[in-house]
Amino acid sequence: MLRHLPTRIADRSMVLTLCAAALCSAACKKEPAPDKGPGMTAPGSGAAPAPGAGGGKIVIGVLSDMSGVYADLGGKGSVIAAQMAVADFGGTVAGMPIEIVSGDHQNKADVGSSIAREWYDTKGVDVIVDVPTSSVALAVSDVTRDKNKVFLVSGAGTSELTGEKCSPNTIHWAYDTWALSNAAGREIVKNGGDSWYFVTVDYAFGHALKNDATKIVEANGGKVLGEVQHPFKTADFSSFLLQAQSSKAKVIALANAGGDTIGAIKQAAEFGIVSKGQQLVGLLMFIADVNALGLPTAQGLILSESFYWDRDDQTRAWSQKFGAKDDGVMPTMIHAGVYSSVMHYLKAVAELKSAKDGKAVVAKMEGMPTDDPLFGKGTIDANGRKRHSMYVYQVKTPAESKAKWDYYKLIREVPADQAFRAPADSGCPLVKK
Amino acid sequence: MSNLQISNLLAQMVLGLINGAFYALLSLGLAIIFGLLNVINFAHGALFMLGAFIAWGLLHYAGVGYWPALVISPLVVGGLGIVLERTLLQRLYRLDPLYNLLLTFGVALILQGVFQIQFGSSGEPYEIPQALKGGTDIGFMMLPTYRAWVMIVSLVVCLATWYVTDRTKLGSYLRAATENPGLVQAFGINVPRMVTVTYGLGVALAGFAGVLGAPIFSVSPEMGSERIIVVFAVVVIGGMGSIMGSIVTGFALGMIEGLTKVVYPVASNTVVFALMALVLLIRPAGLFGKASP
Amino acid sequence: MTSIPTSGRAPGRWRSEYTVFAVMIGLLVLAPFITYPVFLMKCLCMALFACAFNLLIGYVGLLSFGHAMFMGGAGYASAHAAKVWGLPPELAILFGIAVAAVLGLVVGWLAIRRQGIYFSMITLGLAQMIFFFFQKASFTHGEDGIQAVPRGVLFGFIDLNDTTVMYGFVLVVFLIGFSIIYRVIHSPFGAVLTAIRENEVRATSLGYTTDHYKLIAFVLSAALAGLAGATKVLVFQNASLTDVHWTMSGEVVLMTLIGGLGRFSGPVVGAFVVGALEFKLRGGQITVVEGVVFVVCVLVFRQGIVGTLSTALKLPL
Repeated sequence: MLRHLPTRIADRSMVLTLCAAALCSAACKKEPAPDKGPGMTAPGSGAAPAPGAGGGKIVIGVLSDMSGVYADLGGKGSVIAAQMAVADFGGTVAGMPIEIVSGDHQNKADVGSSIAREWYDTKGVDVIVDVPTSSVALAVSDVTRDKNKVFLVSGAGTSELTGEKCSPNTIHWAYDTWALSNAAGREIVKNGGDSWYFVTVDYAFGHALKNDATKIVEANGGKVLGEVQHPFKTADFSSFLLQAQSSKAKVIALANAGGDTIGAIKQAAEFGIVSKGQQLVGLLMFIADVNALGLPTAQGLILSESFYWDRDDQTRAWSQKFGAKDDGVMPTMIHAGVYSSVMHYLKAVAELKSAKDGKAVVAKMEGMPTDDPLFGKGTIDANGRKRHSMYVYQVKTPAESKAKWDYYKLIREVPADQAFRAPADSGCPLVKK
Repeated sequence: MSNLQISNLLAQMVLGLINGAFYALLSLGLAIIFGLLNVINFAHGALFMLGAFIAWGLLHYAGVGYWPALVISPLVVGGLGIVLERTLLQRLYRLDPLYNLLLTFGVALILQGVFQIQFGSSGEPYEIPQALKGGTDIGFMMLPTYRAWVMIVSLVVCLATWYVTDRTKLGSYLRAATENPGLVQAFGINVPRMVTVTYGLGVALAGFAGVLGAPIFSVSPEMGSERIIVVFAVVVIGGMGSIMGSIVTGFALGMIEGLTKVVYPVASNTVVFALMALVLLIRPAGLFGKASP
Repeated sequence: MTSIPTSGRAPGRWRSEYTVFAVMIGLLVLAPFITYPVFLMKCLCMALFACAFNLLIGYVGLLSFGHAMFMGGAGYASAHAAKVWGLPPELAILFGIAVAAVLGLVVGWLAIRRQGIYFSMITLGLAQMIFFFFQKASFTHGEDGIQAVPRGVLFGFIDLNDTTVMYGFVLVVFLIGFSIIYRVIHSPFGAVLTAIRENEVRATSLGYTTDHYKLIAFVLSAALAGLAGATKVLVFQNASLTDVHWTMSGEVVLMTLIGGLGRFSGPVVGAFVVGALEFKLRGGQITVVEGVVFVVCVLVFRQGIVGTLSTALKLPL
């Protein structure tokens, strides 16, 4: 192929290498913009990273999936929620201005942890919020602990974040896989759905959801007949759905989220799964998913969320403000979680007058009970689990719905003390027995 | 095996057959292009994706539905293919065929990247056309009408293509030009033009497959790339220049994948490649291929 | 005969080569104080990976389209060895290289049965198979990857957690790999490889079992790619599916193409160029630019940067 290219190695080739290396390195000396790709640490000693905030300001990092399967659940809506929180708090805290940066982790743990590391080392970010996709959240939680910063998770679901992988620097805010299973899962088993088959997305979140749901099902007298795992971001669910259908389980539980859940539910209709008598459950569903499916397809589905925009006057007021900034799209519980967690964080920093010690800020946040317009009264456990009520909803039929986004009717409220796993059962080493 | 397991097995094999239809359509296009141009068209997956996006775009922006898209989309993709061949590929024929591989790889990256910037990486949904909605209960499963349609129409198109290349005069010119272009040109047949049209036809098949696939695999920028690597394996197994080989192998491998999902699910993604390795050991020219250097 | 490089050297050339080596080492040692050490480390690992790839395409004429399987595979092996078995970094890397070499032996033996494009297609198919294996295998944790891989203490007393020390280590690894390739090219073995590339039939007729030579070159290339992968995993402290994905295989082809196929320093130049590109752009933009570069390079810039400079300056490079 290359018979006419000479292969003699000369000294000049070495010099050329060096020049190229020098040129490229020089070109990359400038600090990258906040939301660009995998991070590189800043020039410096290369030893311990620069401590704390970048000179008298608080920087909040919103790390989310901006363009993939979870973009509608978090994404730019989370940035809007964070901005609203900062604005409602007053724009400064303890005399320091507040800055927000955002980034796209593309649902990849290596990209997410690189961005987190870069933010902590070179951007002076004090707290990272949101982060859907549990595998990324686990990685970011590790980095946050290493750097003694704060991580407030609203997007990811795995209960491991407050279980075996708990951290003194992490608070898990909006929901988790245990709470979802306990709310909707228990409801379905009590209504007669006592044999289950799981369609699980094959990564940390799916496994956590399936494990937690299995415990709830079995504790309430049900049986799990089996499971089929599908790759993250699957387009064609036909073979997985057929497996589930042939199991003849009364309940086919989708242990996945976002685009995967939407795809599975749509295709389930093609194969007549519901019309042939099996119940379909999306263990994690958001209002954005129902909106994408449309009421004719989604009607009757049972799900659990910790926030619904139309629940009471306060949530309605806030949601209208949010919708005004987001093209009329109503917020999900992730967006609500970002707002609520940022507000509470700023309150804690205001009392401490500093954000430098992540552990101290988290301890302060855990010590203060919460009362916000979105989640009502709540507390935070020693393992970093925020407690508030969970709600079991059912999707309305098209006839019952009177306006766009009028999708849910309330079945049951699970009060805060029962909604989440008891700290003693969590397996978190931080919880004193 | 219990009744439940048998019905699951049959259902998975039917689904596998439908997947196989896509493999067959795509490997057919690849085989035709390779047969005549000696070009491994890495852009085939991206053109499949383009076909799907054109159908989506027609619906979304122009209100043009599925049935016209089935015709328009392949024509557009084919046209683009002709432009590609004329402007880019033609320059590289006198060089090592590996350069063409790299060129088409670059084209694939460009297409995928452009759509990724525009649409992000999650898929856009495409509705099944009204006439093909619903399903039939065939005992062991509910067979969606749309998927049955895909299977039938792919089979028809594949067989029609095979008939044209194998049994008609035009086909014989094509095959002769593969063997000895100079001689065929000497007979007064415009070989370069035939080559260009062939490339256009080959990629038009990919575009057609894209429209067929849009309602099944939501339309996303990445929908072609992983699939195309499997299709390459299919072509290697079937034999690089054999048209009938790629059709048969495509459908068969789809079914084998379906079977594996039931019998040994962990290996369902890798079974095609394992078979490729096996075929290479036993019959390097491919199952239907002619022995080549 | 004049186009085959000999391993003998004239005294004058000997001195200048060593001078240039010294200058190169000096510059690379100073570089982390001017620019980001982590960026440099990544580029060095990728440069080694590309050099290993170039050994096959530039000197034997085989385009391996699945080289990521060796880099990523060794990465997973080393990560597992360091994290789960608690091996010190030098042993973890050696384990990674061993895994890559064995993989190279198996894949090479299968792929060498065909030539040209068929060879490339086979390497692609087998690499995809390896990708799916790593996706499903429990020890890799699939999408989550192997996280928090400890860098450890090298030889029992060099702590790699310090960024500057780690950079020094990566630099040494790169130079070792680079020198190995240099020695292989400038050896009788290297001469036979070139002969096989130029005219395999003739080489066979001269009595060389070309398949054996090709296989050895393949294993060597795989092992060096494994060295690059294992080192990279220790730098970033995680092993993920990204490193075994086919896009990584495409990237190394791109680097070598930009730099100059078959040129000794081409892949290094290409690795830094692509590294700089990825640093500045994001997501879909990277893909488009890489695609455009592929097309442009193949059409009008086949010599790559080093090759074009060589022709322009009328110097052999």
